[in-house]
Amino acid sequence: MDSFIQQLINGITLGGIYALIALGYTMVYGVIQLINFAHGEFFAAGGYVGVIFLSFFTGLGYMETHPIFCLTASFALAMMYCAYLAIGVEKIAYKPLRKEARLAALLSALGVSIFLSNGLMLTQGVYDKAYPSELFQGGFSFGIITIGYLQVLIVCLTGALLVALNLLVFKTKIGMAMRATAQDKTMSALVAIGSNKIISLTFGIGAGLAAAAGIMVGLYYGSVRYDMGFLPGIKAFSAAVLGGIGNITGAMLGGLIIGMVEIFGAGYISGEYKDVFAFIILIGVLYFKPTGIMGENIDDTRV
Amino acid sequence: MIQEFKKIWKQYAITMLWLLGLLWPLLGIHPDGTISFKQTITVWLYILSGTFICFIIYIINSSGNLKFFTEPVVNTSEKLNNMVQNMPSWIWKSVLLIGAVLYPLLTGRYPTDVAINVLLYICLGLGLYVVAGLAGMLDLGHIAFYGVGAYTYAILNVRYGIGFWVCFPLAGLSACIAGCIVGYPTLRMRGDYLAIVTLGFGEIVRIILNNWMSLTNGPNGILGVKTIGILRPVMENGFSFEIFWVKKLEYFYYFALVLAILTIIAVTRINFSRIGRALEAIREDETAAELMGVNTFYYKLLAYAMGAVFAGFAGALFAARMKFVSPESFTFLESVMVLSMVVLGGMSSIPGIILGVIALIVLPEVFRELESYRMLVFGLTMIIMMLFRPSGLIAAKRKKMMEKKS
Repeated sequence: MDSFIQQLINGITLGGIYALIALGYTMVYGVIQLINFAHGEFFAAGGYVGVIFLSFFTGLGYMETHPIFCLTASFALAMMYCAYLAIGVEKIAYKPLRKEARLAALLSALGVSIFLSNGLMLTQGVYDKAYPSELFQGGFSFGIITIGYLQVLIVCLTGALLVALNLLVFKTKIGMAMRATAQDKTMSALVAIGSNKIISLTFGIGAGLAAAAGIMVGLYYGSVRYDMGFLPGIKAFSAAVLGGIGNITGAMLGGLIIGMVEIFGAGYISGEYKDVFAFIILIGVLYFKPTGIMGENIDDTRV
Repeated sequence: MIQEFKKIWKQYAITMLWLLGLLWPLLGIHPDGTISFKQTITVWLYILSGTFICFIIYIINSSGNLKFFTEPVVNTSEKLNNMVQNMPSWIWKSVLLIGAVLYPLLTGRYPTDVAINVLLYICLGLGLYVVAGLAGMLDLGHIAFYGVGAYTYAILNVRYGIGFWVCFPLAGLSACIAGCIVGYPTLRMRGDYLAIVTLGFGEIVRIILNNWMSLTNGPNGILGVKTIGILRPVMENGFSFEIFWVKKLEYFYYFALVLAILTIIAVTRINFSRIGRALEAIREDETAAELMGVNTFYYKLLAYAMGAVFAGFAGALFAARMKFVSPESFTFLESVMVLSMVVLGGMSSIPGIILGVIALIVLPEVFRELESYRMLVFGLTMIIMMLFRPSGLIAAKRKKMMEKKS
């Protein structure tokens, strides 16, 4: 039982991270119906920029005096960096292909993914890059169960970001414009919503969330690697499909489920095959209920 | 016109500034708390000068000032094309064949090695062509079938001592079965979803190969796979046969060549058969094809299985050549590589795919010193290809042939 609760906590931590990445997929797909293969690389870039800034602050010595400021600044800078990266990538590699066949955009996205991960490798080295490890040692312990400070931080931060995103999308004018663009680009253009701006914004927000997830993964596992974006990217995509692609609440839910399944699968079935569970869920969902848990009806060009 | 150029220049300048902003945090911020600009600027200037030259050429070309150079080139290539088309096809086919047969005798060991790679990838690429080019199903896990074929031969050979010629059809068969297992649940999907699911299956296969220690020996791979053995008649002390192990690279080249030629013939036959037409109908409009009486599910599964079989054969030959298989050879990146060969050459033309394979295998070998930049350039090429020439180097020819006949 104790181990069950421990696993549950780990599952929620991991699920929150997947949910953050899945949101980028689902938002981009909602607006321009493209599977952004490069999204996993935004996540990896976020992890790298996070470690760069964190170690920069550590080197300056601010980490001991103002830890909270440094952490916030690193998160904010990494998120901004990735948003900047994603907006540029969209303008260069996706925007000219919007009217072409879907395959062209998909392959271009694959190219971007390869380009970015190799760019990270060339600038940052082939080997793992370690996060400053003295952060967040220890945790609360209740009997056998321990909740690391880091896990608390990840869960709180994820929750805060998700709430903020929900507020943005469902309560503000910008969010309304985003939803309108996702529903019908021509119509929203008629009521003076610039679809290019909205698409850029969507890419930026999605990549920012992925960057936050990247730093969290870096802090949680202690290091980042240039090719770390691939597997979480695919799993997060599974999460987005599971929740119903294009649906923001669905992506959050899907992320949590995929995270839980992975942790419980690793704990109770087999640790070696933990990466397989997400794919099996993906295939199962697409086979039995391609709309996902919360998805609306989709026309037959999608599935 | 001038307005347009101004716009292009502005976009170029913005892109370059964007790149500078992108590079600086990665190169200019150091963990010891210092900030530097020198390295960033140097790298950026390299990129700037490189892209600037390409950009100038592009602009001069699009304004028509390069005609004195491009026009003769285009003319000669057209003339050549006409000549090839007017010649009876057996002439250039036999020229190519003789060239291919003489190739290992004229070159050294290393070029032969590269050529074997090219031939194996031609089999893979043509298998994928049936799936992606003809039937229009984007398959991002094609390398998994290559892996299944290679492992089938390796396991049967190392564990049970079964020879190549028995395993070779078995490798095709097991890849075919794997294709059906993958295809049966997934082929109801279309487009992007199919791509991601096939990617998932490719990864599942790799993970299984990596973790099923008792069968596949995990990440260490299987060592000591025997090469191809053929029976050779021996005339000493009467007439008998002895097993001749194909160890020399040149002999291997011929096996790969035969396999590649058979694949090319088979795929050409598929292309112009009833099945090929059905698959193209599915690619163009699945709903309409179904209405016209094409059993879409059956044909899609067939296409998938056929693609898998070619990959499986190539896999068996790969295992026999390398004498070693490990899951490292069958990663997602390899799938992307095969797919880009198919796309680069033009999704639906067989000569185009062969050209794409040669380009993507030989060019990296030529630029061996720039090894670490290889994948970077590869990704960039893919983006640029999609932006400027999404239909590939050699576009499909079917329409023209139809016109000729009618």
